[in-house]
Amino acid sequence: MAQLLQHLINGLAAGTIYALVALGYTMVYGVLKLINFAHGDVMMVGVYMGYATAFALGREVRSSLVGVALIFAVAMLGCALLGFLIERFAYRPLREKPRLTALITAIGISFALSYGFQLDIGFLPGASPRAFPEVIEPREWIIIGDRDVVVWNWQVISFLIAVVLMVGLQYLVFRTRFGRAMRAVSWDHRVAALMGIPTDRVIALTFMLSSALAAGAGLLYAIKDTSVSPLMGLYVGLKAFVAAVIGGIGHVPGAVVGALVLGLVEEFVVGYAASTWRDAVAFGFLILVLLVKPGGLFGRVAAEKV
Amino acid sequence: METPALPVPESRSAIPPALRGVFPVLVALPVLALFQWALSESPFAVYLLSVIGVNIILAVSLNIVNGMTGQFSIGHAGFMAVGAYISGVMSLNLKEVALSFLPVAASDQVLFTVALLVGGLAAAACGFLVGLPSLRLRGDYLAIVTLGFGEIIRVVVQNTNAFGRALGLSGIPQYSSPYMVYFWVFIVVLAARRIAGSSHGRSLWAIREDEVAAEAMGVDTTGYKVRAFVISSFFAGIAGGLFAHFVPIINPGSFTFVKSMEIVVMVVLGGLGSTTGAIVAAIFLTLLPEGMRSLFNALGAEGSLAQKVDQIRMPVYGILLVVLMLSRPQGLFGTREIWDVLPRWLPRKRRGLS
Repeated sequence: MAQLLQHLINGLAAGTIYALVALGYTMVYGVLKLINFAHGDVMMVGVYMGYATAFALGREVRSSLVGVALIFAVAMLGCALLGFLIERFAYRPLREKPRLTALITAIGISFALSYGFQLDIGFLPGASPRAFPEVIEPREWIIIGDRDVVVWNWQVISFLIAVVLMVGLQYLVFRTRFGRAMRAVSWDHRVAALMGIPTDRVIALTFMLSSALAAGAGLLYAIKDTSVSPLMGLYVGLKAFVAAVIGGIGHVPGAVVGALVLGLVEEFVVGYAASTWRDAVAFGFLILVLLVKPGGLFGRVAAEKV
Repeated sequence: METPALPVPESRSAIPPALRGVFPVLVALPVLALFQWALSESPFAVYLLSVIGVNIILAVSLNIVNGMTGQFSIGHAGFMAVGAYISGVMSLNLKEVALSFLPVAASDQVLFTVALLVGGLAAAACGFLVGLPSLRLRGDYLAIVTLGFGEIIRVVVQNTNAFGRALGLSGIPQYSSPYMVYFWVFIVVLAARRIAGSSHGRSLWAIREDEVAAEAMGVDTTGYKVRAFVISSFFAGIAGGLFAHFVPIINPGSFTFVKSMEIVVMVVLGGLGSTTGAIVAAIFLTLLPEGMRSLFNALGAEGSLAQKVDQIRMPVYGILLVVLMLSRPQGLFGTREIWDVLPRWLPRKRRGLS
């Protein structure tokens, strides 16, 4: 019983981090109908930015509140800039082209980033994983008995941050002018432009927001996993994407639910079966969900127009 | 959002008479023999020739799904893995067996062919399984499902004792020869060209251009998509089987997402829909790293640079994809074949009425 509870807690904690990454996918997909394959790699770049900042700050500063805030701020701003550049130079020129071309550039960007960061030329970090410095001092809170069920403070922190961001995003999308513009662009960007909405600016801002979210999520992931590697983006990104699709891509609460479900499924596979099957089960689950509900759990399948 | 896409080749622009029938085979066989003879001194060159052939089979077969049908599949390495492992295991088990009425070498080749076909059929069965979800999924969703399928195959292989788990299979008899590889290259090119020109192929092109419209015109879209998947993965399985029989060891690391992306880059560079484009791109992208390596070696740059070629290759592929999509989204050849392109700068005897 205690074991089950522990797995539940761990699964939910893993799920919240997937959820933060998945929100970025969902936002971009909602507005542009583009799967931003490079999202996970933007996250990876953000983690490296945070890593560099943490080292620049030094041991004393980085574990203070100011230090943590600074690390997150640098990584999120840097990633927002990176997201802007990617959107401006890789996706915007292709907006009127068939969707396949944008998907291919997204894959290209993803490859350039993740494998580019593996080179050990110049300032690039090289392929080997590095230990992420302890920016949030891990502390465990024992709930039941003698370490039967343990909750870590970073699990609580990431859960709270994820909930706040999700509610904030929901507010942004449905209660603000910018959100209304986003929804209009997502509905039909040409008509939105005719109505006086600066489509390009809305799309760029959406990209920046989603990239900043990715950086924040990546830092939480790195704090949990205590390691940084250039390929982390590919795998975390894929999982988060799977989560977004399970929930119904383009649907904000759906992404969160999908991520939590995925986190739980993975945790149970690792806990009760074998950890080597984790990735296969995640994708198998995705295929199963898509076969039963092609639009994901919360998504609707829109009729295609000719 | 949808915009008119690339033009579909005219059904009239058939293969020029010189390239029909047995003529190409009659030319290719002596050329291949010549290659084989010239390269017999260097096992590496023979190996390279085989790798090129396998990559051509992969690229041309992926082109049937990605290029002709417009179903973006990025899990081709998974099908290749199925073929490689199934045929590899078969050959390992049949190693001692020989058909008594044939000389040993011939019997080996017969068994090898059987193993290849079994591997190919197993991959085709997997292709059918992946094709089925495509009954309901489109575009990006299908891409992610194929990717997931490739990853699932990799994990399954990694956890199966019969497949040597993460260590892989070694000791597979090295039956493969450039003759065998290029025989299958010939078969896959023939199949791809025949499909492209047939009414079956017309349906595939229609699906590629607009699935909804194709369906409205009475094209059985799901049936054609599944069939395209099955054919494409059959050849990927064959390619995997050939690969397994000329490399010393196969392991799950040879069939990752990265391998799938290499094949996708070949198809995209050559032009989605162009068979000759896929061939040219496969040859070019296979030789490029080797060429760079020997160039760096010849320049006498520190050995490190030559070793870095493999590292640099993947980021360059990524940037190449982006630059291609931005500057020339139709790839080198678009949907055209090489004989549609040549006359522009080569004088041709008959240009018809125009």
